[in-house]
Amino acid sequence: MSALLAIDMPYWLQTILRVLGGTVAVLLPAGTIVYVFLFKMMSFMQSRLGPMEAGPYGSLQLFAEVGKWLQKEDLYPDRADKFIFKIAPIVVLTSTFLLVAVVPFGPDAWFTNFEAGVFYALAVSSVSVLGILIAGWASANKYSLLGGLRAAGQLIAYELPMVLAVIGVVIQAGSMNFQEIVMAQNAGEIFGWNGIGNPYILTQMVGFIIFMIAVQAELTQTPFDMPIAESELVSGYMTEYSGFRFLMFFIGEFATAGVFSLIAAALFLGGWGIPFAWFGWDSMDSIDNWMNIVGPLIMFTKMMVLSGIIMWVRFSYPRFREDQLQKFAWKVLIPVSLLNIMATAILKVAF
Amino acid sequence: MVAQNIFFAIFAVIMVVGALRVVTSNNVVHAALWLVTVLAGAAGQYILLSAEFVAVTQVLVYIGAVMVLFLFGTMLTRARLGEETDLNNKTWILGIPVALLLFGTMSYALIDSFGDEKLPEDATVVSTQVISDQIFGPYLIPFWALSFVLLAATIGAIVLARKD
Repeated sequence: MSALLAIDMPYWLQTILRVLGGTVAVLLPAGTIVYVFLFKMMSFMQSRLGPMEAGPYGSLQLFAEVGKWLQKEDLYPDRADKFIFKIAPIVVLTSTFLLVAVVPFGPDAWFTNFEAGVFYALAVSSVSVLGILIAGWASANKYSLLGGLRAAGQLIAYELPMVLAVIGVVIQAGSMNFQEIVMAQNAGEIFGWNGIGNPYILTQMVGFIIFMIAVQAELTQTPFDMPIAESELVSGYMTEYSGFRFLMFFIGEFATAGVFSLIAAALFLGGWGIPFAWFGWDSMDSIDNWMNIVGPLIMFTKMMVLSGIIMWVRFSYPRFREDQLQKFAWKVLIPVSLLNIMATAILKVAF
Repeated sequence: MVAQNIFFAIFAVIMVVGALRVVTSNNVVHAALWLVTVLAGAAGQYILLSAEFVAVTQVLVYIGAVMVLFLFGTMLTRARLGEETDLNNKTWILGIPVALLLFGTMSYALIDSFGDEKLPEDATVVSTQVISDQIFGPYLIPFWALSFVLLAATIGAIVLARKD
């Protein structure tokens, strides 16, 4: 970060800048996803215009919505477990904010360069299940409890294929550090040709597809939205939440979509880098400083493409049944990802 | 090292209070959530010892999986809102000598093997490669034994759950 601005900063200033940067890296994708995909793309797919009044093409609609939610009374059910009811959305949102900490945006533009970054991301994302589960329980509502239990069952089932899909990438890169995985992809070559580096979407196509399906399920987006199925459970674990606390769940949902897209971009699409052969870079130190400005823009573009796919699937498909969901995870995704790991390991040793 | 010591004290207080609340709270879910704070505190202690991989494993396995399954199980069967009175059974007093015995054994083992040894001033982060070299080198046989135990437990669970 200090190399980015070419000045020496004290530790506290770096920390403040990193926290601010992390907040931007969570909220900016969330707001963009909600406006571009949820408001506009969904509307056009359903032959309507979506919000048009607030700002040009309704671009300020989101601020109006946030203002509306912030003004509402902080309601809770009479028999609810008030303390747990209140902290549950904070747990969910915290896991999202912690998740972005390991995503790299450039050679020096990272929040923390964690050794076991990939492993950390998977561990922290699993904490949000806890928030959803206690939100459902503390609401003192049968539908909420059912939604919370469905969410827990689903998120545990799909966490496994997600972890297993990433292991293929870790084996191929030989590291769990995001920066080294990005480096390995951009410095790599395909049979001696280094024109586009070696993005792992080519060699780990199976892992990429499994990862994106698991992300869709972890985010409880349609076709995996049984926990908040509105025709069966009103709104699942979110039923009793209103105002500010509903807003936290809402931000959590779309911010996590954005952060998971960033992680998928770093793991499978080459991350912030452009093929290093284009500019003759060969190591982390030889990369030009302007990559710290261009890197975040590249990451943002890739994030928009991937979250666009997530939302496209969400608006296109009907909901699974609960037993189909569990069968799909345990009988299809996990065996396929185990085979993928075996094949990757064998090829890694063979070449 | 001063910052580490301060944070060690903070985490230790949180863990002790959490552990006491696990056994004294009158609600199953509250007890489980206090257990989450204890386990999270343990993860924090691992970070202070620069054992990143172990800390992350602690979060992934204990908070992300074990506690979620725990809460899932209690919520499916019996987890009423509000206070409950019949959570303790008559044998709770036996827990105290067992806990003291465990504490004594662990203290003896730690003091016996480390004594006055101090942590290095600039602790280097234990990388994942070092841990995997250890597991698949000197500790391969215990690792295999644990794998077989887990496999047996998995097969046992399937046998119990299948109706035919």
